[in-house]
Amino acid sequence: MTDSAKTGMTTESGTPKMTARNVDVFYGDKQAINNVSIDVNMDSVTAFIGPSGCGKSTFLRCMNRMNDTIPIARVTGEIKLEGEDIYSSKMDVVQLRARVGMVFQKPNPFPKSIYDNIAYGPRIHGLATGKEDLDEIVESSLQRAGLWGEVKDRLQDSGTALSGGQQQRLCIARAIAVDPEVILMDEPCSALDPIATAKIEELIHELRGKYAIVIVTHNMQQAARVSQKTAFFHLGTLVEYGETTDIFTNPREEKTRDYITGRYG
Amino acid sequence: MNSGTEHTVKAFDSDINELRGMVAEIGGRSEQAIAKAMRALENSDLDLAAEVVREDRLIDDLEKRIDELTFQTIALRAPMADDLRELIATFKISGVVERIGDYAKNIAKRVPLVTQTHRLRPISLLPSMSKIASELVRDSLDAFARRDAELAMEVNRRDQIVDDFYNSIFRAVITHMIENPKDIGEAAHLLFIAKNLERIGDHATNVAEMVYFAATGEPMPERTRGENPTTQLDDAINDEAD
Repeated sequence: MTDSAKTGMTTESGTPKMTARNVDVFYGDKQAINNVSIDVNMDSVTAFIGPSGCGKSTFLRCMNRMNDTIPIARVTGEIKLEGEDIYSSKMDVVQLRARVGMVFQKPNPFPKSIYDNIAYGPRIHGLATGKEDLDEIVESSLQRAGLWGEVKDRLQDSGTALSGGQQQRLCIARAIAVDPEVILMDEPCSALDPIATAKIEELIHELRGKYAIVIVTHNMQQAARVSQKTAFFHLGTLVEYGETTDIFTNPREEKTRDYITGRYG
Repeated sequence: MNSGTEHTVKAFDSDINELRGMVAEIGGRSEQAIAKAMRALENSDLDLAAEVVREDRLIDDLEKRIDELTFQTIALRAPMADDLRELIATFKISGVVERIGDYAKNIAKRVPLVTQTHRLRPISLLPSMSKIASELVRDSLDAFARRDAELAMEVNRRDQIVDDFYNSIFRAVITHMIENPKDIGEAAHLLFIAKNLERIGDHATNVAEMVYFAATGEPMPERTRGENPTTQLDDAINDEAD
């Protein structure tokens, strides 16, 4: 395999949305990520797979500086969004997290109305000029998240009153509302039933191209279904990064092969 | 293909092992069918020929069982990478090997129609041809059992010998027909038998191509792939007919 395939840097033309170079992450003395370099593109959904503790979630959380919230976490190396170093002192972290949104494993709507869940971000970021404008953002975000039809008559109900799958789509709508460039999803379906999972997967498919999407998943079938690029992490290193079809039909690395065919461990 | 490391889910390994066993069995039965059909032809042994026809049902049944279990395994285990390639190869190989069995049956069915064996000189080339065709079948299935891409490529290279035999027999049969017009009917059957053996060789190369794919994840390089099923001589005849 070529070096570029192994390190995860894109070789094809077109500027990647986010680039990471030689990223190390430490939790205290323990190194969780070891020299990872990867590019994330606009036109493809990128899946991070690997066994528990391999560092895939840790790495995902570096991409919008969520690890800043953990006092003992230390990130070195370089991560850029559109060429800007996101760890530079000039970077506004609140702004960064609007540009690089995140959806978590467990749906976490605010204990507010459905409307306010979506309106919250645009309000604090000053994205809406008036009530009408805000209404439109709420509607279009819910539309894009495939939730509008189900909630349009109950926008004042509490977001927490929705089903798990609806809550997760509400969280995606909330991320979309601030017009992000990248959406990071950390196991977004692991708490959902298969139907709700399918709806999220369909949503990911529809959002592809509008946002750069990175999804961490334990479910390899899901990675195969939703992504065009797959990165396999093992013990804090990026073992293999390539086209999803290649990773799942003909992986280059034995470790990847053992993991995806269920021989790991 | 896979390194032999076991799956975490052991039942998956037992499905795969059962499939490998059945592929070995269908391969063995087809090889035996070719050998028996040829022995029946050489000795004009009608009982043995009838046995080949009868036993073809076993090959058909095996194909069905292989396809069912492959289908089931793909549905239930969601295989990936080399496992997926092996199962797809198994599915295709079972169909191809079943066809090889059909060709052997077809040869057996012609045994009662070829009675003047002592007069038909071209028949003397058939045993050697069938020996090589059968070796190709055996080697292609050995290559599958051993995940041996090298042996698979060699099978494809050796198919040329079977094609060359066919061309020689074709010429010899035509000459015989010209010289002995009253033997034309029986000689035509001989020609069909040679054609069946030639097709068996081609099908062995199809198996070899699937083995190569399963083992490496790549299609077999074009230059070593089997020749087009129609031989050069057939091409020449077709050209004239156009």
